[in-house]
Amino acid sequence: MLKDMILFLLFFLVLFLLARPLGKYISKVFTGEKTCFDKIMRPIEKIIYKLVGIDENQEMTWRQYAAAVIWFHVFSFLAIFLTELFQGNLPLNPANEGNVSWDLALNTAVSFITNTNWQAYSGESTMSYFTQMTELAVHNFLSAATGISIAIVLIRGLTRKTTKLLGNYWVDMVRGTLWVLLPLSIILSLIFVEQGSIQNFASYVSAATIEGGTQTIAMGPVASQEAIKLLGTNGGGFFGANSAHPFENPTALANFLQALAIFLIPASLLFTLGRMVKDKKQGHAILAAMTILFVLFLGIIYVSEYYGNPNVAALGINGSNVMEGKELRFGLSGTTLFSAVTTAASCGAVNAMFDSFTPIGGMIPMLQIMLGEIIFGGVGSGLYGMLVYVLLSVFIVGLMVGRTPEYLGKKIESHEMKMVMLAVLIPAICILFGSAVAASTDAGMSATNNNGPHGLTEMLYAYASCTGNNGSAFGGLNANSTFYNITLAAAMLLGRFGVILPILAIAGSLAKKKISPVGAGTFQTHGLLFIVLLCAVVLIVGALTFLPALALGPIAEHLLMLQGQLY
Amino acid sequence: MYKSLKNALLLLIMLTVITGVFYPLVITGIAQLIFPRQANGSLIVRDGQVVGSSLLAQNFTRPEYFHPRPSAAGQDGYDAAGSAATNLGPTSQKLMDSLKKTADDYRQENNLSDEVVLPSDAVTSSGSGLDPEISLPNAYMQIARVAEARGVSTDKIRNIVDEYADSSILGIPGEERVNVLLLNLSLDDMNK
Repeated sequence: MLKDMILFLLFFLVLFLLARPLGKYISKVFTGEKTCFDKIMRPIEKIIYKLVGIDENQEMTWRQYAAAVIWFHVFSFLAIFLTELFQGNLPLNPANEGNVSWDLALNTAVSFITNTNWQAYSGESTMSYFTQMTELAVHNFLSAATGISIAIVLIRGLTRKTTKLLGNYWVDMVRGTLWVLLPLSIILSLIFVEQGSIQNFASYVSAATIEGGTQTIAMGPVASQEAIKLLGTNGGGFFGANSAHPFENPTALANFLQALAIFLIPASLLFTLGRMVKDKKQGHAILAAMTILFVLFLGIIYVSEYYGNPNVAALGINGSNVMEGKELRFGLSGTTLFSAVTTAASCGAVNAMFDSFTPIGGMIPMLQIMLGEIIFGGVGSGLYGMLVYVLLSVFIVGLMVGRTPEYLGKKIESHEMKMVMLAVLIPAICILFGSAVAASTDAGMSATNNNGPHGLTEMLYAYASCTGNNGSAFGGLNANSTFYNITLAAAMLLGRFGVILPILAIAGSLAKKKISPVGAGTFQTHGLLFIVLLCAVVLIVGALTFLPALALGPIAEHLLMLQGQLY
Repeated sequence: MYKSLKNALLLLIMLTVITGVFYPLVITGIAQLIFPRQANGSLIVRDGQVVGSSLLAQNFTRPEYFHPRPSAAGQDGYDAAGSAATNLGPTSQKLMDSLKKTADDYRQENNLSDEVVLPSDAVTSSGSGLDPEISLPNAYMQIARVAEARGVSTDKIRNIVDEYADSSILGIPGEERVNVLLLNLSLDDMNK
């Protein structure tokens, strides 16, 4: 147990050591200061602008920015959708994967443009190398770059005054991709290869096994996709088993780095925030709140898995940390850390199967997603999601003391609060309404792999994961049906753009306001009081919304498991 | 609006070329140059024939070999082109029935009494269905069977198991485990 705690501590130590300089670097990239990669990237950037016809100095209003985001995603959707529909006729397909069905192609296209990477398919038996490389991996980059862009726009809204202009989406996308995501991915993918991840374009290998059988071994350009899958908090695996697959996540060290890569950019963006608002304490306070919540949830998963399943123990099998759905090389610490990280962030890569976790061990990942993935959260989306809760906290304080709420000198008024409520309510409604529909139709119910409360949890998790743009799953749910492909695609779109558009509207309205000076009566948004308050608001809003649903699923199952009730 | 459309489409194409063509090709080139063994799947070749990958489990059922963890990958398990788990939950009757049956078989194979508590990795399927390792306690329980089938002393087998045991997680000692394919290959080499 001590060694597990050392691993957790080491994780945070390395994370914060890397996040501080990276956060500073990211703020330089988006404010146009000099950076070490300018010599290589600046010429490439200029060529792109010239070929596309972008004027990099022309900034956009929030409406123009939103329109640019939407058009970009429309084309991205079409590119993925069409490539999948016709992949059988396209090159780089040594395993002869056929064309993808229209509903699965639609679901997957939506899934990858929204940074969800929900996968209703198994990569090695569905997608060609061409599709994986030129579509799925590409949108791992681009959806993450969009997330960073939106977060930067919100910070611009907070720091600029009396202007309508919030930056240029095309420029933000290019800089986020070239300066931030690409260099990190190159380094990380090579480390993964060194550890044992594969990176080739070979046909599947046929091995003659020792006992005289044959084993077909899937190949492909895995490591390059793996790196951005984690750095961009995407989570879409090359293989069906995702990061549990030894070719994706070959060693304990690779596993540690994978978990680190998921949190790296989200944690860095807090330092970016602090630097851009010229008050580092603002970033530190939010980071502290996130860390407190994360330690709490990691602890619960760890303890729940450690105690394990008494029904397994009754069979004369060690019931602590039951290894069903888990890989030995990660150990209890590596498995629980990864599971907590991937659902705190909107990553959704998994190195073990949540469906086989203890009920509480599987509930916490779902709860973290339901809270909006604001504990570090997705690349960019974690920061703007948490800032929604910050505004909500500031508003509640304002109500308590009877002053107009302010955040960083910006008055928070009714328009902003309406948008905040949209960003909180749209995902919540999607999750609860979606799973209610699934639980009351045959099309929904027939897809579950487990009976009893666990079946409900499978459906609830699917809608939470898709709405939250996480992409992890209780994998037993047979989600590749027209019903699930379409309803979950709708959940992913609403969960992504139902938050992004209100955020852009908030940024637009904040940018127009003046910045009022800090006075004696200003509520300080750093310091312990604010940190505790922010944590409390997150937990209370989440608990009030989702506790009834959780009580019917994992909590009921936990109690039944203790009584030895099986389904 | 037309300008927005044109920008979106052209920028998508440019970024697709950079991140979807150049990036994976460059990584593949470098990987094949400096880490060719890993980049191609850590394949093990005997007499010119690929016999498997040291990173992937393959099935062993004969008594003279150590057996891997059960697998739910593909129809018959251990399908390295169809990674999968059972996805059965903690209150699943089906899971408990299958664990019980696997545990009974395991006890019988290895001549263990009902009192012996089995390590859970011996009877559970992994997340990928391709977990190449078993825990050290699991390996120890199989030593007597392997030694008997090969007609050698248990000490000799135990020494080889210990030689292949690995426990490190970043230099922090973790759960001790051993790679089944490498272990079995070294057992076969022992007789040569």
